[in-house]
Amino acid sequence: MALVYLLINGLQIGSIYALVALGYSMVYGIVKLINFAHGDIIMVGAYCTWYLMSRFSFPAPAAVAAAIVFCAALGVLIEKIAYKPLRNSGRLSLLVTAIGVSLLLQNVSQLIFSPNPRMFANIFTGTVTIGDRQFSSATVVTIAISLIIMVGLTLLVKYTKIGKAMRTVSEDNETAQLMGINVNNTISFTFALGSGLAAVGAVFYCCSYSQIQPTMGSMLGLKAFVAAVLGGIGSLPGAMVGGLCIGVAESLTKGYISSKLTDAVVFGILIVVLLIKPSGILGLHRNEKV
Amino acid sequence: MAGLLKKTPFRYALNAVTAGGLYVIIMALINDNVLNRYQALMLIPIGFNIILAVSLNLSAGFLGQLPLGHAGFMSIGGYSAALLSMSLSMPANVELPLAIVFGGLVAAAFGILIGLPALRLRGDYLAILTLGFGEIIRVVILNLEFTGGANCLRGIGKQTTVTWVYIFVLITLFVITTLIKSRHGRAVLAIREDEIAAEASGIPTTYYKVMAFSVSAGFAGVAGGLYAHYLSILDPSTFGFMRSAEILVIVVLGGLGSIFGSVISATVLTILPELLRDFNDYRMVIYSLMLVMVMIFKPSGLCGRYEFSLGDTLDGFFTSIRRQLGKGGPTDAADS
Amino acid sequence: MPPILDVSNLGINFSGLQALDDFNIQVSRREIVGLIGPNGAGKTTVFNLLTNVYSPTMGGVKLKGRNTLGKATHKVTQYGIARTFQNIRLFKSLSVMDNVKIALHNNMSYTLLEACLRLPSYWKQEAFATKTCMELLSVFDMEGMADSPAGSLPYGAQRRLEIVRALATNPKVLLLDEPAAGMNPSETADLMRTIHDVRDKFDVAIILIEHDMSLVMGICERILVLSYGLIIAQGTPEEIRNNPLVIEAYLGQQGSE
Repeated sequence: MALVYLLINGLQIGSIYALVALGYSMVYGIVKLINFAHGDIIMVGAYCTWYLMSRFSFPAPAAVAAAIVFCAALGVLIEKIAYKPLRNSGRLSLLVTAIGVSLLLQNVSQLIFSPNPRMFANIFTGTVTIGDRQFSSATVVTIAISLIIMVGLTLLVKYTKIGKAMRTVSEDNETAQLMGINVNNTISFTFALGSGLAAVGAVFYCCSYSQIQPTMGSMLGLKAFVAAVLGGIGSLPGAMVGGLCIGVAESLTKGYISSKLTDAVVFGILIVVLLIKPSGILGLHRNEKV
Repeated sequence: MAGLLKKTPFRYALNAVTAGGLYVIIMALINDNVLNRYQALMLIPIGFNIILAVSLNLSAGFLGQLPLGHAGFMSIGGYSAALLSMSLSMPANVELPLAIVFGGLVAAAFGILIGLPALRLRGDYLAILTLGFGEIIRVVILNLEFTGGANCLRGIGKQTTVTWVYIFVLITLFVITTLIKSRHGRAVLAIREDEIAAEASGIPTTYYKVMAFSVSAGFAGVAGGLYAHYLSILDPSTFGFMRSAEILVIVVLGGLGSIFGSVISATVLTILPELLRDFNDYRMVIYSLMLVMVMIFKPSGLCGRYEFSLGDTLDGFFTSIRRQLGKGGPTDAADS
Repeated sequence: MPPILDVSNLGINFSGLQALDDFNIQVSRREIVGLIGPNGAGKTTVFNLLTNVYSPTMGGVKLKGRNTLGKATHKVTQYGIARTFQNIRLFKSLSVMDNVKIALHNNMSYTLLEACLRLPSYWKQEAFATKTCMELLSVFDMEGMADSPAGSLPYGAQRRLEIVRALATNPKVLLLDEPAAGMNPSETADLMRTIHDVRDKFDVAIILIEHDMSLVMGICERILVLSYGLIIAQGTPEEIRNNPLVIEAYLGQQGSE
C-alpha cells in the first residue's frame, strides 16, 4: 500500500487512540488512577450504539448521542460507587478496584449480549476524493471530528471555569478544596467528559472494524493507555500526540513489517520512551522533595 | 509447653511436623476417595496459584512496587521447563524437578534483565513498563518457531502431581518467609517504607529491588513450570494482561504484605469459580462484583499485613487456657 | 591534624537557580558545627549534596581524605556520613528494632543463601545485631520501645530514633537536620545534652541545621550562616551574634522605612 494511505490509516486509528487516551490522561491527572475500566466504557459505548440502531432502529446521530450520554453517566456512576470510597486508601486498592470494575463490565455485557461478536454497520459510507486520491469517508470523518474535539477540549480546559477547576484539582486536591473548588463535582465532570469521549472513540472504532465484542475494550484500552503514557500522562496535548504516534507506528508496522508484531512494536515504543524520558514526550518531570 | 513454644528450634520442628501431617491428610483424602478425582485435580491449580500469589506479594507487598507482568514470567518459566523436559528422557520424578528449577532460573534471569531498567522508574511507571514487557513476551512467544507459536506448545508430559506441587509450595513459602526475616528482607521492607531513608541508611536500594523482583519472577517461573506439566499444553494467549491482573487480584484481596493472606486468598479464589459453576452464566459477574465489594469495604485486603504463626497461635491458646484455669490461684505468676 | 570532612567549592544549579554556590567547610574530629540561615537559604541542600541525594554541579567532598562526591547515597553512608531528615523519614510501619537493624545492614555479612537455609552465621550475626541495637537504644532510653512500630512513637522519640538509626551506620560525620523542630524548651534542653553525649560516646563530628538559636548558640563550637545559597558569615557563636550581615539576613534591611 502507498505510504500516504498507511499514514492516513495510522492517523485514523491514531485519532481513536487519542480520544480514548484523553480520558485516561484526564482521569489520571485528577485522581492518579490508571482507570482500567476506561477501555470497557468504549465497549459499552459501542454496544449501546449498536443496540439502539439495530433493535429500535434509532437514526445514527441519535444513537450516538444517546451512547455518549449513557457512557458519561456510567463513568460518573462508577466513580461515585467504586472509586470515591477508596480515594484515601492507597493506589493499589484503587487499581485493583478498577480491574474489578473492568471485569464486571465485560462479564455483564457477555451476559446480556452473549460473548459472540456482532456485526456493526458502518455509519459513514461512501468515499471522499481529495486531490487525486480517494479516501473512505469514515477515515475523513474520524480524523476531522477528532481534531475538532481535541481543539475544543483544549479550549475548554484552558479557558472555562470548570477547565480551570480541573487543572487546579489535578495540581493539588487539598489546596483546590481550600480555594473553594467543589472537588467532587470536578472529578465527576472529568469522568463524564472522559467517558463521553470514549463513546465517540467507540463509534469511530466500530466504523473501521465493523465488529463488536464484549472483550474489545481491553486491548484498545491498553493501547490508548500506552498512548497517554507516551505523550506524557496528565497532559492533554500529550495524549493527542501519543495517540497519533501509536496509530501511525501501528499502521507502518502492519504495512512494512508484519501485522502480527504490531502489539510488540507498540509496547516496545512504550518501553524505549519510558527508559529515555519517563515523563513522556510532553510530560513534566517532578522531583521529589527531600 | 509455653516455654518450649518460644524456642526457635522447637517452632521449626512444629512447623515441619504440621506440614508433613497436612500432606498425609491430603493424600489420605485422595486415596480414600473422600475427594473425587476432579477435586483432587483442583489441588494442583490451588498450589500454583499460591506460588504465583506469594511470589507476586514479594514485589507488590513487601518491596512495594507494582508489577503488572507476572504472567510473562510465568510463561517464560513454563515454556523453558516444558522445552527442557520434552528434550530429556528421564524418569518423571527426576525430569520434572529439573525442568521446574530450570524454568525458575530462566524466569529469574529475565527478572534481572527486565528489572534493571524497569526498577529505575517509580510507582505507576514501573507498573506500565512491566505491563509492556509482559505483553511483548507474549507476542514474541506467539511468533517464535520453537514455542509452537499460535498453535500452542503441545505434548508436554503430564508429570505434575499433587506431591510435587506440595513440595514446591512448601519451598516457596519457606524461602520467602525466611528471606523476609533476614537482613535482605529488612532491606526490601525499608525500600517499601521510604526509599530515600533506606538509601541513607546504607542500603543499596537498586540491588535489593532487582533481587526481590528477580526472586519474585523466579518463583512465577516455577509456577509456570508446574502449570505446563499439569495442562500438557501451553497457549500463549493465556498469559496476557488479564492473567497478571488475576494474580494481582489474589494478592490484594489476601492483603499486600501478608503471605498467609495470599495463601488463603489463592485457595479461595481458585475454588470459588468452581463452586459457582452451577451459576455458570453469572459466575464471572459474581466474582468481579465480590472483588469490587471487598475493595470498597476492606481496602487493605482480607488479612491486612497479618502473618499466621503456628507457634504464636498455640502459645496464645495455652496462655489463655492457663489464665482460665489459674483464675483466683497464685499459680499464674509462678508459672511464667 | 587534617580535617575529617573537607568540602570545597560545593554548588548546585536547579535549572537556572543557583541554590548553593561556593560552599566551603572543613570539619575537624569531634567538632560540632551549626548551619543556620533564613528559610530557603540552602541549608538542607547542603546535606542533600553531601549525601548525594542531589548530585552537585560542582565542588569536591573528601571524608578522611577519601573522595565521596558523586558516590551513590548508600556508599556515602558506608564511608561514614550519616544523616537525619527535616521531615522525619522513619520506616513507619516497622518496629523500632527493625528501623535500627536496617541501618546495621552492612555490619552483617551473611548471604541470601545462608539466610534462607538459616545457617549458624545467620543466627550469630542476627543475635549480635539485636545486642548492638539494644545498646544503641539504651543510650537514648528507648530500649523499652524496641517492639513498637516506629510510626506510633511520640514525636520527640521519633526524632531520637532517627538519630539512633543514623548512628547505627557507624558514621564519622553526623548531619542533623533540624533535630529540635517541634520540641518544647525542656525537650530541646534534653536534646542538647544528648547531642553532646553522642559526640563524646560515638566520637563523631556533627553538623546541625537548626532554627532554635538557644540550641545552636548553646552547643555549636562554630557556626556558618547561609543566605540565598552563599555563606555570608562564619565564626564562634559570639561573633555570629554580633555580625551585622547576619542580623540583616534574618531581619531584612534596617532603617529602610
